[in-house]
Amino acid sequence: VNEDPLALLPELILTLGAVAVLMLGSFLPRDRQWVARLVTAAVLLGSAVAATVALLGPDRLVFDDTFAVDGLTGTARLVCALSGLLVLGLMSEELHGDRREAEHYVLLLFTVLGAQLLAAGNDLSLLAVAYLLASVPLYALAGAARDRPGTEAALKTYLLGAFLGIAMITGIVLLSGLVGGTSYALLADLEPAARPVVAVGTVALLAGLAFKGGFVPGHFWVPDAAEGARTGAAALLTTVPKVGGLLAAYRVLDAIPREVVDWPLLVAVLSAVTMTLGNLAAFGQQSVRRLLGWSSVSQAGYLLMAVAVAGRTDLALPALALYLAAYAVTNVGAFAVPAALPAATRIEHYRGLAAGRPWLALSLLVLLLGLVGTPPTAVFVGKVTVFAAALDGGFAWLVVVAAVNTVASLFYYLRWIAPAFDRTGAAQAAPPAVRPIAALSAVTSSGASVLLGIAAGAVLAIDPRLLA
Amino acid sequence: LLDLLIFLPVLAAVVLVAVPRVPDGVARVVLVVVTGVELVLSLGLWLAYAPRAGLTGDFAFERTLVWIPSVDSGYRVGVDGLSLPMLLLTTGLFFCCALYAWRERLRPRTFAALLLFLETACLGVFASLDLILFFVFFDLSIVGMYFVIAGWGHGQAARSALKFFLYTFLGSLALLVGFLALYAGSDPHTFDMVKLAQEPPLQGRPVAGGLALLAIFIGLAVKTPTVPFHTWLPPAHTDAPAVGSAILAGVLLKLGTYGFVRIALPMLPDAWRTWAVVAVVIGAVGVLYGALVALAQADLKRMIAYTSVAHMGYVLLAVGAAGLLGGTDAEARTVAVSGAVTQMVSHGLVTGALFLLAGVLQDRAGSYDLAAYGGLATRAPRFAALFGVAAFASLGLPGLSGFLAEFQVLAGSLGSAPVGVVVALLGLLVTAALFLVAMGRLLLGPAGRLTGAVSDLRPSELAAIVPLLALSLLIGVLPRPLLDVVEPSARAVVELVSR
Repeated sequence: VNEDPLALLPELILTLGAVAVLMLGSFLPRDRQWVARLVTAAVLLGSAVAATVALLGPDRLVFDDTFAVDGLTGTARLVCALSGLLVLGLMSEELHGDRREAEHYVLLLFTVLGAQLLAAGNDLSLLAVAYLLASVPLYALAGAARDRPGTEAALKTYLLGAFLGIAMITGIVLLSGLVGGTSYALLADLEPAARPVVAVGTVALLAGLAFKGGFVPGHFWVPDAAEGARTGAAALLTTVPKVGGLLAAYRVLDAIPREVVDWPLLVAVLSAVTMTLGNLAAFGQQSVRRLLGWSSVSQAGYLLMAVAVAGRTDLALPALALYLAAYAVTNVGAFAVPAALPAATRIEHYRGLAAGRPWLALSLLVLLLGLVGTPPTAVFVGKVTVFAAALDGGFAWLVVVAAVNTVASLFYYLRWIAPAFDRTGAAQAAPPAVRPIAALSAVTSSGASVLLGIAAGAVLAIDPRLLA
Repeated sequence: LLDLLIFLPVLAAVVLVAVPRVPDGVARVVLVVVTGVELVLSLGLWLAYAPRAGLTGDFAFERTLVWIPSVDSGYRVGVDGLSLPMLLLTTGLFFCCALYAWRERLRPRTFAALLLFLETACLGVFASLDLILFFVFFDLSIVGMYFVIAGWGHGQAARSALKFFLYTFLGSLALLVGFLALYAGSDPHTFDMVKLAQEPPLQGRPVAGGLALLAIFIGLAVKTPTVPFHTWLPPAHTDAPAVGSAILAGVLLKLGTYGFVRIALPMLPDAWRTWAVVAVVIGAVGVLYGALVALAQADLKRMIAYTSVAHMGYVLLAVGAAGLLGGTDAEARTVAVSGAVTQMVSHGLVTGALFLLAGVLQDRAGSYDLAAYGGLATRAPRFAALFGVAAFASLGLPGLSGFLAEFQVLAGSLGSAPVGVVVALLGLLVTAALFLVAMGRLLLGPAGRLTGAVSDLRPSELAAIVPLLALSLLIGVLPRPLLDVVEPSARAVVELVSR
C-alpha cells in the first residue's frame, strides 16, 4: 500500500539523471562533455529542489513502510545533493578534457543516491541494497586516478567495504531472523531473552555503517582515499557517505530497544575512540589531504555523539542534522583549497599563501577554524548542540572527552594555518597554478559556513519537525 | 544603540578588507574615526543608563533575537553597572590605541581591520546576556589577538602567539563544557544568562555544581590569568606589539575576571560559596607571587606582565571574599565586588598606558632591557613624567585609581579573609618596591647604552597615553560617578551569591 512514486522523486531524478549522463558521456565528443556537466548539475539541483518540497510535506512511510520520508531523510537528501553540487564544481575543473569525465559524474550521482537511500531506508533489506549501491562508486572513485596511491586507496576501500558489508549482511540476517521480518518497526519486538544474538547482530550491523560513516572500526580507508583519490573525489568520499552512514545508524539503532542491548554505550565508546584516534593520527601528517582525511575521521567521532543519544533527548536529531550540514559544507570547502592549488600537496607548500593569495588563505583560515568549531561558524553551532544533546542524554564524560579532543585538534589545524600566514616566507611566492572554480568554491564555502552558523536557527526552522 | 556599538567596528573592518586598494592613510583615519565614534556611543550609553535604570542594577538596552531555538540560545545583549564600565574602558582604550597606532608602518590597513574586529569581539563579550553568545565573542577575541601577536609582534612572535592561542583556547573549551553543564542543569534548559542567574541551576547538587564551577573556573582562570595558569602571559606580552599588549592587558584579561563576576558568582552560588576560599587563596598567592616574580625581571615588558598577574590577583581575592559569608556583612562584600570592578577599570587604564610607554622604548631603541637605559628623565622628560604617573598609579598611590580599587578590595575582604588580605598587603609592598626600582633604573642615574636613542614622546603618542592616565586620576579623585553605576549591580551580585 501507499505506493506513491512521487515520494521518491529526488531519488528518481538522480537515477534517471545518472543513466542520462552515462549515455551522454558515451555519445558526446570529447570537446562537448560540458553538456554532461550541465546535466549533472541540473539533476543535483532538481533533486535538491524536490527534496525541499518533500521536506515541507508531511512525514510518511511509503512502499510497504520500507522507505521513510521525514526530516531525517530530508536532511540526507538536501545535504548530499548540495555537497554533490559543490563537488561537481571541483571535479569539472580537475577532469576537464579527461576521457572519463562523464563517468565520474555518473559515479558522483550514484554516490549521492546511495547515501540518500541509506538514510531513508526503513527496512533492513533496503539497507543492504543501499549499502551496496553506495559502496561500489566509492571503490571506482578512490582508484580513478590510476596511480600508486590511487590503487592502494581503491584496494583498501574495496577490501574493507566488502568485508564489513558481509558483516553487516550477517547482522541483518540475524536480526531479521529473530523478529521474522525486515522492517525496522519489527525490531521493537526484539526480546531480552535473545540478548546475545541481538548484541552480535547489532555489532555486525554497525560494522557496515562504520565503513560508510568512516568511524572506528571502519575508518581505515578514509585517509588513504582522501590522499589517493583525485581531490574532488576525495571531498566527495569524505562527505557524502558519512552523511548516509550516520543518519542510517541513527535510524536503525533508534529502532533497536535499549533494554535489550546497550547500544548507546557502545556508540559512545566508539565515538570517543574515533575522535581520539582521528586526532592523534592527524598530528604528524605532512600531506594536507591525508590530514583532512584523518580530521574527517575525528569529525565522525563528534557526530556519533548525537547517534549515541538517539531517542533519549529531543535534541539528538536536530543536532545531528545541523552538524552534518555544517560538516559537509566545511569539509568540501576545505578540500577545495588543495583543489585550487594542485601543486601544493604538503603543508610546507602553503608557506606565505596569505601574501600571494589573501582570499584563499582567509577561506582556509575560516574553514579550518570552522572544523575546530570556532564560533561563529556552522560547525561550532553543530558542536554546541551535539554537546548539549550528549549532556542531556547522560553522557557527560563523552562531552569532556570531546572537549579535550577539540583542543587537541586545534594543534594540527594550526600547523597548516600558521605557515600560510607566515609573512617571513613570503619570498617564496604562492604556488602559481590556481584553479579559479575551486578557489571560488573555497571562498563560497567559507562564507556559507559562517552564514549557516549565524542563521542556524532559521535553517532549523525550515523543518519544524527538526525543532525540539 | 547597543547593537550599533557592538557591530560598527566589524562592519568597518569588513569594508576595509573588502574594498580594494584602500590607501594606508585612509585606513588610519577610518580606525581613529570609528573607534572615536565608538567612544562617543558608549559615553552616550553611560549617560542614558543612569537615569533609565534608576540605579537599581537592572539591565538596560536589552535586546533578544532567536538564534538556535532548539537549545534556547539567542542573540541577547544588555548592559548593567558591571558591564557598562567595561564597555567604556574598551572603547576608550581602543581609541587611544588607534591614536598610538597612527604611526604603524607595517600593513596598516590589515592592522586597522584586525583591531576593529577585536573591538567588536571584546564589546560583544561584555554586552552578552547569553552564554553561547558570550562564548562566541570570547573565542573570536582569541583568534583576533592571535593574529595581532603573530603578524605584528617581534622576537619569537609566532611561538608566543601559538602558546597564547593553545592555552587560552584550552581554557575556552573548559569554559564551554561548564556552560553546557549549566545548560543541562537548568530547567527548562536555557543559555539565557538572566534566567540562569534568577534560577541558578545545579542548586543542591554539590558534586555536579562543583564540577561545573571547576570547568568554568579553569576557563576563566586561564584567561585572567591567575597563578598557576599564567605562563602564557609573559611571552605573549613580550613579543606582542605595543598596541596588542595594551589591549591584551587592558581588555582581554578583563574578559576572564568579568566572567567571574557575571557568570560564576550569580549562576553557581552554592558551589561558589563552597569553594570561594580557593579563589581567595589563589588570589592572594597571585598578588604576592606576581609581585615577587616581577621584581626579578630584567625586561620591562615582562615586569609589567607579571604585575598584571598580581593585579588580577586582587580581583580574584575580592570575588572569593564575596562568597565567604562568615565574619562579614553584605555591605562589605558589596565593597569587595565593586572594588573588583574598579580594579578591572583601573588596571585597564594604567597597564594599557604602561605597555604603550614600553612600546615607545621598543620603537626608538628596539629593546625592553631595563639595564640598557638610565637617565631618561633628562633625555625624555615627557616620557619620564608619564611613566612616573603610570607607575605610581599601578603601585596604588592615593589619588589615583589603583589606590581606590585596592583599598576597596582589601577593606571588603578583611572581614572574611584576613589572612588573604595580609598576604596581599605584602604583595602591595613588593609592587611598590619594584616600581620604584624600575623607575630608578629607567629614569634616573647615568645614561645607559641605549638612552641616546630615545627621543621624547611624539604628539600621537601623547594623545594616546595622557587620556588614560588622566582618567585614572579622575577616578582616583572623583570616584562617585563610577561607583554610583557599579555599586547597585555589585550589590545585586552579592545578593545573588548569598542565596
